[in-house]
Amino acid sequence: MRGKPAYLGVDVGSVSTNLVLLDEDEKVLEALYLKTGGQPVKAVQEGLARLSEEAAGEVRVVGVGATGSGRQLTGVVVGADIVKNEITAHAVAALQRFPGVRTILEIGGQDSKIIIIRQGVVVDFAMNTVCAAGTGSFLDRQAARLGVAIEDFGALALQSEHPVRIAGRCAVFAESDMVHKQQMGHTTEDITRGLCQALVRNFLNNVAKGKEIQPPVAFQGGVAANVGMRQAFEEALAMEVNVPTYFGVMGAIGAALLAKEEMARRPRQTCFRGFEMSRTDFRTTSFECDGCPNHCEVIEIYLNAILAARWGGRCDRWDQLERSHLVAGGKQLLTSL
Amino acid sequence: MKVTFPHMGTLWVAAKAILEDLDLEVVVPPRPTTRTMNLGVKHSPEFACLPLKLCVGNYLEAFERGADAIVMAGGIGPCRFGYYAQVEREILNDLGYSYRMIVLEPPKGHLSDLVNEIKGFTGQRSLRRIYQAALFGYRKLGALDAIERRTNQVRVDEAARGGTGHAVQKATALIDRAASMDDLKTALARGLEVLDQVPRKESGDPLKIGLVGEVYMLLEPYVNLDIERQLGEMGVLVERHVYLTDWVRSHLTADFLRFDHEREMRQAAKPYLGHWVGGHGVETIGNSVLYARRGFDGVIQVAPLTCMPEIVARSLLPVVSQDHGIPFLSLFLDEHAGEAGLRTRLEAFVDLLERRREQRRRRASTLSLEVAGHSR
Repeated sequence: MRGKPAYLGVDVGSVSTNLVLLDEDEKVLEALYLKTGGQPVKAVQEGLARLSEEAAGEVRVVGVGATGSGRQLTGVVVGADIVKNEITAHAVAALQRFPGVRTILEIGGQDSKIIIIRQGVVVDFAMNTVCAAGTGSFLDRQAARLGVAIEDFGALALQSEHPVRIAGRCAVFAESDMVHKQQMGHTTEDITRGLCQALVRNFLNNVAKGKEIQPPVAFQGGVAANVGMRQAFEEALAMEVNVPTYFGVMGAIGAALLAKEEMARRPRQTCFRGFEMSRTDFRTTSFECDGCPNHCEVIEIYLNAILAARWGGRCDRWDQLERSHLVAGGKQLLTSL
Repeated sequence: MKVTFPHMGTLWVAAKAILEDLDLEVVVPPRPTTRTMNLGVKHSPEFACLPLKLCVGNYLEAFERGADAIVMAGGIGPCRFGYYAQVEREILNDLGYSYRMIVLEPPKGHLSDLVNEIKGFTGQRSLRRIYQAALFGYRKLGALDAIERRTNQVRVDEAARGGTGHAVQKATALIDRAASMDDLKTALARGLEVLDQVPRKESGDPLKIGLVGEVYMLLEPYVNLDIERQLGEMGVLVERHVYLTDWVRSHLTADFLRFDHEREMRQAAKPYLGHWVGGHGVETIGNSVLYARRGFDGVIQVAPLTCMPEIVARSLLPVVSQDHGIPFLSLFLDEHAGEAGLRTRLEAFVDLLERRREQRRRRASTLSLEVAGHSR
């Protein structure tokens, strides 16, 4: 057993895949932000390969947590000790960074959420339902349309003195309204700032509606990189908005913290498959169950040709099988790796 | 005449028993599936609530199996449900189906109205026959309720995930097959036994969540994305504010029967909502308060998108939550509801309750330490 103990957190979202290594003192050793690109398994494998180059010799992973919309799949792929939803993961990470935090605004590629914390515990939360979805992706695309690099988008917005009012009910309206404003001759600065304000209005009206936003406020998720969005939030809320250093990988940090908590509560050997799994062959297949007219699409995940997991059915018909296969598969796994 | 009716959880078992008891030929529509939903959505107004859409789907699928008459509950008051039987009739007419529609309206205190409607389609069976059939059906509902309550208790402790599902199906089938009151007693005992045989583990002290909201969305697992099973498998003890017998009692027999729980619930709702808003709006508020008083950890409201009574309740829930210290989660669902999104919200809500409870325990223990320290 070489290297210092570390906790791995993996957050697989629809747009980005993030991996974080934390040491025993909960300090970030490594943080990776990758594009998921529609291939979560590949993204996770690539991330592990890179972590392995950076840190494999120096650290010994003693706990793994998975989160994000791809948490179930990731859990199987990396061998997670705990699989948690992204709301809990984000709250745990924010609380570690700002112990007194009372409101968390989190905007990622596809989802946006607000988490209300009182006395160190989550008391309420909301996720986008009818709208305010895809804010990160939307900003990406509009930056491309305006011919601005997404990294410069926020800074450009800060230069504006006369922001343009843009209809923010939904992304489609915002886009057509933005194009209209462009065609009316407004400057790119004014449009970018107007767009940030529109998205903040949309978030506050659709996601945060009815929630009591109290300071201190933390703003995290990929969109927090955008200083224009941060400023628009500060204006709209009339309070300071804090962006943590690792704003983009807070979900992964939370997953790693949860893994640490879990291993302390129930000490055991980690299920981590090792950095070498970046070279393992993962294959997913699916079939349509014909047990009833639901025709569920059942997904099977094979690890080196052994069935490692199966899900997707609405009834327990395939779950039952999953267990027996998993037991058999688990034994073979131990001998094959 | 071949009679059918829409699905609502296990209501079909009792409805089938009553109608068959009256010597009618019954077509039980297939259990709701994606196909039922697609058919219903295609032929229903977009902003109608999910129950209407699924009912239409049920009728169309039952028609394929030869049904030509429908028994449907009506209603009075601000909830649109009361009008749905008529809307459904028009939709089916427009589609060219010749269905006979029999609407059971709540009798507003006049049992004779209900009896006359029933007599109208049973071919003048004697009152006694109708009463006996109805009683038998009602007893079946009672048995099904007992099974469902036990199911949730068993599922929390199931040793292997999904172990309970098969036992429930078996128990329900036993109730369905019972042909007489004596049969039913045996079937219920046997059904409960089957459930008790599910391998269980020690669960300790599970979180308790009360489900409130609109009755159809609560009773029909297909539309609530099997919320009871999902929560049960997360190790949460679930209780629902309404079971089938409650619904029949309060909906079809209306005001002439008053029950203690009902009075208590209305009292509990009164500070927030003192008058009837239709549907289950008052029930949602009242029962949330009662769950809080009984020490439940949280409340989940389930309702169809655009449901007016539940929207009224939703806007009052934050105050109830604040006053009684019980967190709530509102889920408004329709055919566009995503399973992944629901799952994430449920998991996060359960985590919230878990951590809240942990914090309370820690506080309580430090407090008692302090007290102990002072007294020394």
